[in-house]
Amino acid sequence: MTAVDDGAASAPGERIELLRQMIRIRRFEERCVELYSAEAIRGFLHLSIGEEAVAAGLLGVLEPGDAVVSTYREHGHALARGVPMNAVMAEMYGRATGCSHGRGGSMHLFDGERRFYGGNAIVGGGLPLAVGLALADSLRGRNTVTVCLFGDGAVAEGEFHECLNLAALWRLPVLFACENNRYAMGTALKREHAVTDLSLRAAGYGLASWPVDGMDAVEVAAAARRALESIRGGRGPCFLELRTYRFRAHSMYDADRYRDKAEIEQWKARDPIPRLFAELRAAGAAGPDAQVKLEAEVDAEIEAAVAAAESAPLEPITDLTRHVYAETR
Amino acid sequence: MTTYREAVREALREALIRDDRVFLMGEDVGAYGGCFGVSRGLLDEFGPERIRDTPLSESAFVGAGIGAALGGLRPIVEIMTVNFSLLALDQILNNAATLRHMSGGQLGVPLVIRMATGAGRQLGAQHSHSLEAFYAHIPGLRVLSPATVADARGMLWTALQDPDPVLIFEPIALYNSEAELPADAGAVDIDSAVIRRAGTDVTLVSYGGGLRVAEAAAEELAGDGISAEVIDLRTLRPLDEATVLASIARTHRLVVVDEGWRSVSISAEIAARAAENGYYLLDAPIARVCTAEVPIPYARQLEEAALPQPGVVAAAVRKAVS
Ligand SMILES: Cc1ncc(C[n+]2csc(CCOP(=O)(O)OP(=O)(O)O)c2C)c(N)n1
Repeated sequence: MTAVDDGAASAPGERIELLRQMIRIRRFEERCVELYSAEAIRGFLHLSIGEEAVAAGLLGVLEPGDAVVSTYREHGHALARGVPMNAVMAEMYGRATGCSHGRGGSMHLFDGERRFYGGNAIVGGGLPLAVGLALADSLRGRNTVTVCLFGDGAVAEGEFHECLNLAALWRLPVLFACENNRYAMGTALKREHAVTDLSLRAAGYGLASWPVDGMDAVEVAAAARRALESIRGGRGPCFLELRTYRFRAHSMYDADRYRDKAEIEQWKARDPIPRLFAELRAAGAAGPDAQVKLEAEVDAEIEAAVAAAESAPLEPITDLTRHVYAETR
Repeated sequence: MTTYREAVREALREALIRDDRVFLMGEDVGAYGGCFGVSRGLLDEFGPERIRDTPLSESAFVGAGIGAALGGLRPIVEIMTVNFSLLALDQILNNAATLRHMSGGQLGVPLVIRMATGAGRQLGAQHSHSLEAFYAHIPGLRVLSPATVADARGMLWTALQDPDPVLIFEPIALYNSEAELPADAGAVDIDSAVIRRAGTDVTLVSYGGGLRVAEAAAEELAGDGISAEVIDLRTLRPLDEATVLASIARTHRLVVVDEGWRSVSISAEIAARAAENGYYLLDAPIARVCTAEVPIPYARQLEEAALPQPGVVAAAVRKAVS
């Protein structure tokens, strides 16, 4: 793997922030598992535990005007993008205060104000939206980038190929960010792709593309900065293959029978959270109790979000047919 | 005289001039001039940014239109025919129609998608189907079919003012049809059906390419002293049921003409609503004249036999009034 470190992400304050964001995402999702077991939240629940370095590293370096298109495994993306935790948690509960007013749930988190465009449950379905958002931004003369997140499974869909071609042809400001966690549900990378080095695929469409250690938030942030700079410089779309791993099953319904326990343990040994914490300690940038302190802060935020969601009103049934069409024409 | 094709082109020109957020995108809309010649000349006038040729990738460019609409533009996406739109059906149904609701009202998709539809040119099954009903099934979309030159001219601008996705189905067989179009022809209402011919004995409901058939049948029936009222639905979703029911209240008979297949069609929807809400207004069973339940064949006589014809409509009316 190419080691990318331009030093830009190495400031201790920024590393602490990456650590804090990863802990926030992990603890949020762990709490969601409890809430799911307690039947407080329902539906499909796809966790990104293990993959937090991607969300924290990539989304942490965006500008407010940039757009993000995401998938159904997007709690971490939404939180790292700045969607308030209260709004995300309330959406998990299906409440009126949820970021999609109870109509989306775990898989369809949206925040128009923060340009967070979901929340797409159709594998590959978000890629064309990203191309269009980037087209609109570039035609309107905004120097923004649209970041499009998707999995290794989506790379096999036709839309991936149509969209990379289109974005490269029109030199659009899109960062295609493939979160390669090596599985599409139960299908291992080598059973879904003839060529498993996914960054080669994008190179075939003329995009600048490179693999990144997706278990290292600092490296993800550095790679994202480099890609964003190239895109903002007008050099067309980029593709990052973020090599990562999910520690949990595909969803709460998945018995996880398709992979070796030993493989999971190997990847857990590369857990991005203890890894970054150890680095910070070694550099003298964090004391022994830093992680505990961060966790306590984060837990307080999560409990407040749970309490707010539990007491939030339900979206009234009389509003069932609202938001199918615009209310004023 | 203005052709239907020229009327659509004028509507596009007007939209491009009036609003700089508008652009046209699709396969061969630029250098080629549109596969049905609709956009001929527009590339020279507006340039390649606004008359944007796309690769063959329906899902990507329709989805890009959705993204561009989210990003504040007013895209007009052309899909060559409804047959090919199925490659983009995921984007249209799962994104365009759905994002507003899924986002709790935060995200609207002010997008217009135009496509050709229908048979009548011996193009064989994969170029001749009338699949508007697929789209009329979907909440979140507005579905139009201009059946006249004036509507071809006027619906686009109204559609572009809509905050939600609008699909416009242009019947292939109408592109060469002609009519007198006033110099000041402009935007038309897309909320209501319209009575194209007043009558007292039977209500003939149709839309798009079927309207000619209904009108020809009405003409033939007039020779026999039967007065048929012809309604053009114009908008297939949401349906203007009130105009249809008001007409049935006067004529007490209903015959529906539909170039879609009979099963699970627009005609089925009209008939069901008439039965649900107009049962006691009816003096005869509802009749439907639709396309035969076959993939549209190539050979002329077979294609004609598959499609609704005025004689068959007239026969259905005679039976209803007897
Ligand atoms: C078009 C489509 N086909 C199938 C599915 C069912 N499905 C949901 S997630 C998934 C696996 C996707 O894998 P990947 O893109 O690698 O993302 P990951 O879940 O690993 O984050 C599948 C097959 C779907 N949601 N959409």
